[in-house]
Parts: sequence; C-alpha cells; structure tokens
Amino acid sequence: FSQLQHNNFISCCRICVITLAEAHPLLQNGKTITSINYQISANCSRLQNKVSGKSKRGAQFLTELAPLCRISSSDGEEYTVYSCIRGRLIEVNENILSNPAILQEKPSTEGYIAVVLPKFEESKSITQGLLTQKEYEEVLLKR
Amino acid sequence: MSSLTEKDRPIVQLLLNTGTCPRCILRFCCVGSQTLYRCPYKDLMKDLKEFLKNNQEKEDTVCSDVVDPPCKRIRLEHTEKQPDDLNHNGALQQIPSVINENTAVENSVIEVCNVCLGILQEFCEIDFVKKVCQKVNSADYQFTSFVFSVSLPPQLSVRERAAWLLVKQEMGKLGLSLAKDDIVQLKEAYKWIIHPQLSEDLFEVSVVFAHPETDEECHFLATACPDCFKPAKNKQSVFTRMAVIKALEKIKEDDFLKHFPCPPSSPKNLCVALEIQCNNGAVFVAGRYNKYSRNLPQTPWIIDGERKLESSVEELISEHLMAKFKADSFNFSSSGREDVDVRTLGNGRPFAIELVNPRRIHFTAEEMKGLQQTINNSSDKIQVRDLQLVTREAIGRMKEGEEEKTKTYSALIWTDKAIRKEDIAFLDDIKELKLDQKTPLRVLHRRPLAVRCRIIHTMKSEYIDEHHFRLHLKTQAGTYIKEFVHGDFGRTKPSIGSLLNRTADILELDVESVDVDWPPTL
Repeated sequence: FSQLQHNNFISCCRICVITLAEAHPLLQNGKTITSINYQISANCSRLQNKVSGKSKRGAQFLTELAPLCRISSSDGEEYTVYSCIRGRLIEVNENILSNPAILQEKPSTEGYIAVVLPKFEESKSITQGLLTQKEYEEVLLKR
Repeated sequence: MSSLTEKDRPIVQLLLNTGTCPRCILRFCCVGSQTLYRCPYKDLMKDLKEFLKNNQEKEDTVCSDVVDPPCKRIRLEHTEKQPDDLNHNGALQQIPSVINENTAVENSVIEVCNVCLGILQEFCEIDFVKKVCQKVNSADYQFTSFVFSVSLPPQLSVRERAAWLLVKQEMGKLGLSLAKDDIVQLKEAYKWIIHPQLSEDLFEVSVVFAHPETDEECHFLATACPDCFKPAKNKQSVFTRMAVIKALEKIKEDDFLKHFPCPPSSPKNLCVALEIQCNNGAVFVAGRYNKYSRNLPQTPWIIDGERKLESSVEELISEHLMAKFKADSFNFSSSGREDVDVRTLGNGRPFAIELVNPRRIHFTAEEMKGLQQTINNSSDKIQVRDLQLVTREAIGRMKEGEEEKTKTYSALIWTDKAIRKEDIAFLDDIKELKLDQKTPLRVLHRRPLAVRCRIIHTMKSEYIDEHHFRLHLKTQAGTYIKEFVHGDFGRTKPSIGSLLNRTADILELDVESVDVDWPPTL
C-alpha cells in the first residue's frame, strides 16, 4: 500500500515547519479529529523533546520515516504523520492538543505539526528534494 | 645612591668569571643608581675590572679618600657633562681610553651574558634604541604619553634564579644575606636605560625578546612541578613566563640546583628582538544613526563568502572613521538593531564604535562635526547625528539601551477579513499587554529555543481601509514586533491576528524612537 506523504515543508533559513498538505485525508470534509497523540512508542514521546542552546542539543533526531504523531478520527481511522525529512526535532505543536480544531482550520499556520532543523550540510539537498505546489498538484492528479 | 664596596668584591669577581655582564653584576650588588646603568657598556666593564684590580694593588697605593677608612671606595659615577670635560670650544671631550693591560681584553669579542642573554648588553645600546624609534616614527602615530613594555623569554627567570643562588651562597660565606627582592630586577634596569633614550612622546612600544638556543632550559621545571604547566588552547608553548615563575616559587632550592647549572652556562648567542610593536589605546566614537533604506543590513550580510546585500549600516559609518583615525580595525555596537527591511526614524539609534590601534587620536569638536558631515554626504541610506568622542563606558550604555529601554514603532498591517474603524478602536485602550513569545522561527536556527515575556505598553491605531491600518506601539526592549502582528504560527500569544480574530500580516515596519538619552545631544 503506497502512502503519499502529504506533508508541507515551509522552509526559511534552514528551519522546516511540518504541516499537513491540503490533500491529506484529515483535511477533507467530514473528518472529525478525536485524538492527537505524540506518544509514538513506549519509550518515545515527542512531548518530552527538550533542546538547549543554539545548536539545539538534546533534540530527538528524526529520519524520514520517523513518526511525529498519530491522529485518530471519529470514523475509526488512524493516521501517522511522518517527519519525511532528516534533522533535529525542535518542537511539536502543543496547541493542537488543546485545540484540535486549528489543525483542520489552519493547517498551514497555527495548526502546524512540528518544527525541524536539518543538519547544515543536508539542508540544501532537502529543499531540493521537495515538491513545489504545482508539482504536488500534478502528482495528485495522476493518482 | 649606593656604589660598589669591599663586600661586593667577591661577588663581582665570581660573576665576572662565570660570564655575567657588568650591568647584571651591578644588579646583583643591589646598585640602585639609574645613571650608572646608562653608562656605556665598555666603560662599565673597564671600571669593574679596575675595581677588582685595585684590590690587588691595595697595598701599593695610598688611600686618597680619607673620609672612608678603611676600605677604598671606587666611585663609578659618570655624569653626562662636567665643566672640566668641555674644551675651550664648549664641546664635550672624549673620555680617553686608558692604555693598560686590560685594553686587550676590552677590545675582544663581548661574551654573551649568562644571565640576561644580552638584553642588558646589546639591547640597551644606542643602535637598538634607534631601531625602535625608527619603527615608531615610520608607523606615523599621534600620541600623548607612552608605555614601554618588554617581553622576556621565560628561561631568563630560571637563569636569574641560578645566579641568585650562586650569589647568595657566596655572600653566605661572608656571613651576609641577600634577599631576592634586594636584587635589581632585569626589566627595571632595562627600562631605566631605555626610557630616557626614547622620546617623551610615545604611547606603547613593546619589544619581544627570544632566545631560541636556551628555550628548553626551563623544561626541567615541568617534571619538578607538573601542575604549573597545563596546556592551554591558544598558546604555542606550555612554558609561559607566568608558569615558569610559578614553578620557580614552588621548587625547592636543592631540587633546582640538581637540575640547573649554577652559575648558569655561557650562551653562544645573544637574544633576538623578535617583535617591535606599536599600539595605541582604543578610542571610542558614539552617535545616533537613522536608517532610511529598506534594503540595508546592520552588519555585512555574507554567506559562504558571497555578499548577499550591498553594504551595511556599520560599514557606511565606520569606513570614514577608519580613514580619519587611521585605525587597524573597528568594533561596532548599538542599542539593539533593526531588520534589513526596517527603517529607523526619529532621533535615531545610539551606536558606539571602538577604533582599534588608531594612529590619530586628537580631534576637536569642529573636526568631529566635519566628520559627521562627511558621513552624511556620502550616503542617503543612513544619516548620523551627535557624533562625538566618548570613553569606554559607551559600551555599557549600549547594552543598557538594548536591554532596558523602551522603543516605539509604526507598523503597516494587512488583514485577510475586512475591518471597520470600530473593529480596531479597542486596541488603543489596551495598556501593558503581556506577550509570550517563543523564539521566532525566522531566527530559530541561530538562537536557543525559549519563551520570552514582553510587554506592549501602549498602542494607537490609524484606520486606512478595509484591509489595512497603521499601528503605533510602545514596547519593552526585546519585543519581536513582526511576530506580534502575524502570530508566528501561533507561537506568539496574543498577537494582532488573535486579538482581531483574523489573519494579519505586517507590510512595513519603522522604528519611531529608541528611548535612550545617550549619547548626549550636541
């Protein structure tokens, strides 16, 4: 089963903000979010991520397939949001825990999922590997 | 003023025999007369030898100095000019060299002193001093008073110690003691000789001496006192002067004598003058700047060696100061700063520039005004005012201004949903609004993640149209205005967006005032 990673990366000076892309199932009409869980395994909760200093020491390191959170909807479906980029996890958005609605109302801004800082050497290649809005739409059309 | 007496005789003999130079001998005999050290090397050598010789001839000569029985005192005084020394033309007569059996020895090659390694020999002589003055004059400095600093290789401390132990031992035989502090310090004697020869108008001249031949002499101290020699990051050698001195204080006399020859050996070569450096103290220039460009960074914007934007506030101001003051480099600081696309209006932002090693330091108020005019004529992107010379406290004032003083701004704001005048009026009534601002995403790559509490003291809105209004705000130092407007993904709470229940963004930002009353208005 192929999964298109519906993630947006808004990148500015190497900082990446991960949000749900517009075609993500959760953002389609009729979906109600019942829970958002940052505890992705027995040992790992994204909420426990603590960074210190300029170089963000202590951050959880993410690979492309690292899960950020699991979101359940009222129709029984569960979606895992993956990082899709390599880098240090700076923060996850705790606002969506107290107010899940903003995830669907403002997915590209206040409803963001996480902030990731890729390694300096990798930041250029990561940006180049992303799809532009146009390219994304083309991919969707082909499905 | 003390001079050599009978009790000094065995010391003089001993030191002379073991290869110590006349001036070091005078030091170890605690001779405190500065003038004596300034006598030419040859004369001092001659006099010392005469002093010793006279001991042998004691029985043969009549003691002419009745005032001081029983020992015969030799006065080693040489005054610069005496009436008798002038011939009928008023010119200083040359002191005739005495022809005796000592002449042959005097004219032979000068042995390098085993204690000072030549510092009190060659490096006091007129030729070296001329070299120093030449270097200073060619560097073209303007100054008022000077500091002369000398850097000696660490092994000199070791040799000094060995010589002292030797002399102490010898004096012990006579039942006399010699404290380390009684001996004239090498650096002191050197400065006595050099200072008067240097013009009164210098600033800091530093001379660094080295003696590679004996560099390893102090290494034995590392085994004796290992905890004194810790490798430091930026230092080439662990054997710094301070470390060697510390170790010499710790090491026991017997241990010292086990490892180091006493008297110290005669070196083959003189010291080398590695560096003659001139340095002036930094001067500080302060003022206030206005920034009228929305395309100018405060400091040069260079990524991967490539300049992203032309020029910068600091360069536009400093380039003229650097030229006028003829400094090596500068350090620019200001009471906070603004983004590339933000203008600084009103009275401007206080700044201070430290000019490092300036060649020129005297400027009148008129000249400073002229300099200010030059800067203002050279660019329309920035303007400066109140340009003046200040003291080092300027830097502290900058910091204070940055962290403690309020600022006022004017922001042009856009909203997605339409607004009416009534919708924004309530902003004017909000006082002391508390914000929680997480480190903005746009600076997060170079700042630590943190939450800052900041206060918006007052706001005043100006309605423009359905999607635009201007907001004037007075805020606490360190408030991120742009993030207060758009909310930074909800990471600044509250924000204009959240207060108006709309999506808001900032189109233009101006600094209206930086509320610091320093530097003084001219």
